[in-house]
Amino acid sequence: MARRAGAPEVSAGSMADIAFLLLIFFLVTTTIETDAGLDRMLPPWEPPTETPPIIKQKNIFTVNINRNGQLLVEDEIVDIKNLRSKAMAFLDNGGAPSGSADYCNYCKGARDASSSDNPSKAIISLKNDRETEYSTYITVQNELVGAYNDLRNRESQRLYKKKFVEMEAQYLNPETTDEVKDELKLKVKRIQDLFPQKLSEAETAAN
Amino acid sequence: MSKFAKKKDGEVPAVSTASLPDIVFMLLFFFMTVTVMKDSSVKVENILPNASEVKKLEKKDRVIYIYVGKPTKEYEKVFGKEPKIQLNDKFASPSDVGGYILMERAKKPQELQNVLTTALKVDRNANMGLISDIKQELRKVNALKVNYTTYEGDAFRNLQ
Repeated sequence: MARRAGAPEVSAGSMADIAFLLLIFFLVTTTIETDAGLDRMLPPWEPPTETPPIIKQKNIFTVNINRNGQLLVEDEIVDIKNLRSKAMAFLDNGGAPSGSADYCNYCKGARDASSSDNPSKAIISLKNDRETEYSTYITVQNELVGAYNDLRNRESQRLYKKKFVEMEAQYLNPETTDEVKDELKLKVKRIQDLFPQKLSEAETAAN
Repeated sequence: MSKFAKKKDGEVPAVSTASLPDIVFMLLFFFMTVTVMKDSSVKVENILPNASEVKKLEKKDRVIYIYVGKPTKEYEKVFGKEPKIQLNDKFASPSDVGGYILMERAKKPQELQNVLTTALKVDRNANMGLISDIKQELRKVNALKVNYTTYEGDAFRNLQ
């Protein structure tokens, strides 16, 4: 008479291994969410009586955003897609003649005398309407920061064979060791000084 | 006696549950380490814009959050449809921002008080008037370091 076969024994010995596998999988794939965004410094609050410093018109790059999200750059209507290249051309211009104190020896721009003298003199002035949409404003900010980053990357690639944004991210990363940080600090500072971020934001127009 | 001790063939052997506590503990520890406590619920619509040139906001203990956006459905009746500022759990007007920043700053340890960042989590459909008012208030209390929190992505997607 044939015996009825019982259910085969389930080995529970490998359960722990499976659990560990799962654990390791989740540990590796989970990233704790960190916020990211555009870092900006606001100008300090000054009493309105103070006279503003005189800046040459040619060293100012004006960007106006109207309520419909259209851009007026240096008194011309410009598509937002061309803003970055326009800003880069302005910052990298280096219009001061060679031999003068402001001469920029690393600029690769057009050296147009009617545009900015030196990246350290060049100021981008951003104005927006009260009705401007926030998303448009962020796009413009992003493009202007991008223009600075592109130029800084170029110089950083030339001097240190490494992208500026990578160096800065490594510098800001809390896991980086102190020795590496000290070394990076000098490099980051040097590149920042070549193209200092001078982005002025005037108070918004009332209408 | 041996006939009682004899194992019957058809019986299913019991699965050992000795390791069950270990597994549960492991899961527990895993979730304990990964979970971030949410300190306030967002009462406004908060779809952030995209940007590509972003920097990570490390060190959460040095950040003060300000939310801006349209009140969500359940608050719409009371607070209307216009974008509002949310500080902690309350809706506020721009003039309250300065006081809020000072209060939050006082709560932080002394050594961090000078290195605080204000993270502006602003809905993409808000308009700049309100943001400008907040910026003015931040300048008045000397909280100059701001971070416009965004999603990482192509900035031109904002325009559609």
